[in-house]
Amino acid sequence: MRRLKLFLPLGIFALLAVLLFRGLSLDPQALPSALIDRPLPAFSLPSLAGDKTLTPDGLIGEPFLLNVWATWCISCRVEHPYLQRLAAEEAVVIYGVNYKDDSAAARAWLAELGDPYVASIVDREGSLGLDLGVYGAPETYFVDADGVIRYRHVGVIDERIWTERLQPIYQQLRTEAGR
Amino acid sequence: MHPVRRQRLWVVLSIVIFSTAAIGLVVYALRGNINLFYPPIEVASGAAPLDTPIRVGGMVVDGSVKRADDSLEVSFMVTDYQATVPVVYTGILPDLFAEGEGVVASGRLDASGTLQADEVLAKHDENYMPPEVAEALENSAAKGVTP
Amino acid sequence: MIPELGHFALVLALVLAVVLAVVPMAASFQGRYAAMRLAPTLATAVAVFTSISFACLATAFLQDDFSVRVVAANSNSLLPPMYKFSAVWGNHEGSLLLWALILSYWLAAVAAFSQGLPTIMLARVLAVMGAIAVGFLSFSLLTSNPFERILPGVPADGNDLNPLLQDPGLIIHPPLLYMGYVGFSVAFAFAVAALLGGRLDAAWARWSRPWTNVAWAFLSLGIMLGSWWAYYELGWGGWWFWDPVENASFMPWLAGTALIHSLAVTEKRGLFRSWTVLLAIFAFSLSLLGTFLVRSGVLTSVHAFAADPARGLFVLIFLAIVVGGSLTLYALRAPAVRSHISFGTVSRESLLLLNNVVFLVATLTVLFGTLFPLLMDALGQGKYSVGPPYFNAVFVPLMALLVPFMGVGPLSRWRDDSLHRWKSRMLLPGVIVVILAVVLPFIADQGFNLWVALAILLAGWLVAGLWQDFAERRRNSPSLLRSLRRQSPSYWAMVLAHTGFAAAIVGVVATSQYSIERDLRMAPGDSETLAGYRFVFNETARVRGPNYLADAARFSVYRNDREVASLQAEKRRYLASGSVMTEAAIDPGLFRDLYVAMGEPVGTDGAWAIRLHYKPMVRWMWLGALLMGAAGLLTTFDRRYRREPRVAQTEAPRAPA
Repeated sequence: MRRLKLFLPLGIFALLAVLLFRGLSLDPQALPSALIDRPLPAFSLPSLAGDKTLTPDGLIGEPFLLNVWATWCISCRVEHPYLQRLAAEEAVVIYGVNYKDDSAAARAWLAELGDPYVASIVDREGSLGLDLGVYGAPETYFVDADGVIRYRHVGVIDERIWTERLQPIYQQLRTEAGR
Repeated sequence: MHPVRRQRLWVVLSIVIFSTAAIGLVVYALRGNINLFYPPIEVASGAAPLDTPIRVGGMVVDGSVKRADDSLEVSFMVTDYQATVPVVYTGILPDLFAEGEGVVASGRLDASGTLQADEVLAKHDENYMPPEVAEALENSAAKGVTP
Repeated sequence: MIPELGHFALVLALVLAVVLAVVPMAASFQGRYAAMRLAPTLATAVAVFTSISFACLATAFLQDDFSVRVVAANSNSLLPPMYKFSAVWGNHEGSLLLWALILSYWLAAVAAFSQGLPTIMLARVLAVMGAIAVGFLSFSLLTSNPFERILPGVPADGNDLNPLLQDPGLIIHPPLLYMGYVGFSVAFAFAVAALLGGRLDAAWARWSRPWTNVAWAFLSLGIMLGSWWAYYELGWGGWWFWDPVENASFMPWLAGTALIHSLAVTEKRGLFRSWTVLLAIFAFSLSLLGTFLVRSGVLTSVHAFAADPARGLFVLIFLAIVVGGSLTLYALRAPAVRSHISFGTVSRESLLLLNNVVFLVATLTVLFGTLFPLLMDALGQGKYSVGPPYFNAVFVPLMALLVPFMGVGPLSRWRDDSLHRWKSRMLLPGVIVVILAVVLPFIADQGFNLWVALAILLAGWLVAGLWQDFAERRRNSPSLLRSLRRQSPSYWAMVLAHTGFAAAIVGVVATSQYSIERDLRMAPGDSETLAGYRFVFNETARVRGPNYLADAARFSVYRNDREVASLQAEKRRYLASGSVMTEAAIDPGLFRDLYVAMGEPVGTDGAWAIRLHYKPMVRWMWLGALLMGAAGLLTTFDRRYRREPRVAQTEAPRAPA
């Protein structure tokens, strides 16, 4: 009986640990996008190159990545070279969302570092980002051939994340589209 | 009574009294001093209580910030793109407060549906949004509401 | 090249820590003395390699090596060198490395200063700390590698250090705080080693006491600096916000305060042994819990590092292993048999027990308030926030309840004392203190205030108790000088710490009650009078700093038409990040601070929103914490801790080899 009492602190801690674990999954960053398995939200926004207006219909056709980026975002600079490699070497289709950014600075940025995007949507006000449920940049949405958002990746894409997690998803979207 | 036993009784008794007092204090303090977060849509639909400390969060509507010229009173609108709530605050706004950015205001709702704020917190940096705000906005997005 | 060297050194440190955690521990159960004696050398080696690693990261920062990701994200070529250095720990990865570094220094210190300890004990203590080091080093390497490069595409310049962190206070605040947090790992390691050995005796308490005192001292100083920084840097003039991150550092302090008192009882009287062990585990667990709360992003806070669920999970698993493991060990090994040493209901033991209960309850109420939003969210009850009013409503009465007993503490006797004796010693001073408490507030500019009177009463009571105790000690000594000299450093430390506590009470209450705070619209030429101080807004100016541009507001402050201070508050815009920062101007004083901060420009006539504060006695609170910190450090000079371990070694039973 006396020994049993000594287990009390352990029991309390176990309860606390369960709560903390639960807290982890309540983490705002870990929340899945509300838009998973829903079609791309409607938008009609200019392209960064300034040559056309982009709408969901103009993008849909084959699976693509929708990458949210900005010049103020240091992590975007980190993932940028890898996106370029994906676009150049693996022929991954990537559209950009230039999020709450200065367009002139964004164009200069792409001119300096290279442009992996088929086109970049100018989202100066962040309205598209809001519809997508963007928390911050960089974020990347995986959209299938029917224009349905299938996956959302928060944070930088690098070699490890791509090969371990994202490449299979992209491949699956490709396979589905080919059927 | 045996002295050791008496002493043990003493210790147990004081611990019991003490913890009861502490728990009472905690309950009392919690009652008046926690506040619940409401997104603007719930405020507009009347779900939020009047004259009770609450927090409201969302985006500051562009062009809605109005400062009085002769005092520090400032008014602005907070939105989750489904509804907007007018907020009135007197004092100095945080460094990061800006139109089109996330904000959490805590205060009391008055009869006219205006939040009389006694504290305004702005989001911390470009990549950070108070999670409640993010969630409120996300819920709006989930309902397919366009700003 | 240097970052790779740092990375390599970190890996080596991890390997050595693994060896330290495994080999001497295993050897201690097999009685292999040669392997056990490796522990101090291994501990020192872990410290050496962690230092090399840290030096490499610091070099990367100082040389603007923007190919390293944390440097690019947290530094800038325009940043003054001093801040480039402090930027090392102004981010999650670097601060974690600092944590590991400090842990390795504690390891090395225990190895160096515990030669008198029995070999088995020392080997186990170092092994337990080694295991903790394994946790933190692998946390750093696996989830938050500070040496990660951005290749190719090295940015031309860095993203800059958060301007809030560009401050001298922030250079030393985290290291001090971590010294405290991590320092409790020593008490924890001693507790676990004692549980493993099954010997929870006075010797154990004597060994871990100085370490605990020092850790507590650093934690006190760290918290004090954090509060001071918030006061002048956040621009609101507040000094404690009950923010989750502040609570994360405050809870181990509260538990640690209980621990150092409980250790005293265990050392002197051999009582409360299981309880003390539990507190040692508890104090360090709260340090780890703090780490979890700060780094996992489960709670929102102004100080939280970027949230990352993977990191959160790692810390949680680590927490589960360390705390769960030690509590299991406690449940299995702690002596369930009550000690037969008795003590009177009116005795020093009872008072210290009361101290423990109060501090533990205080810790738990703070813990509850901190985790309440998480609890409600987990139960799907909505998003709550628990504000300062809750904490004040709970914490203040608890402390007020403590002080009457705390005043009697120093003059109370071990074993058995009498109420009659307490009354005869404290009656006269008590009356004097009551009179002082009623009279003194009238001297203040704001007049009588009941709360201030109560604070003076409590603080005076504490000082009176200390004075009466000293008077008694003096009576047995021929001269004042002799009696001063005869007291041990431990005694003086107690006096210092309790005086510090008294000063803090007065400071906290006086500044809360008497502060005047006004947000105003002021144009150059305007003036405003606060508590007899006339603040005159002379002019605005544009100022250029090394990495920022600022609008400055220049003020002169007059009292009775004599200029007492000239203040320049600034609104800075940092060039690299574009972020705006309020830099308050403060004229400090022992009895009052004058504080000016700028809001934003208002209207068209050059007017600004200006915040003026008059803060009486706000320094007393930090002064008090400083005294407590100094006290904790002073105890290490006690000769008792130097001489006796050697005696202990000869007494220690030799295990069969």
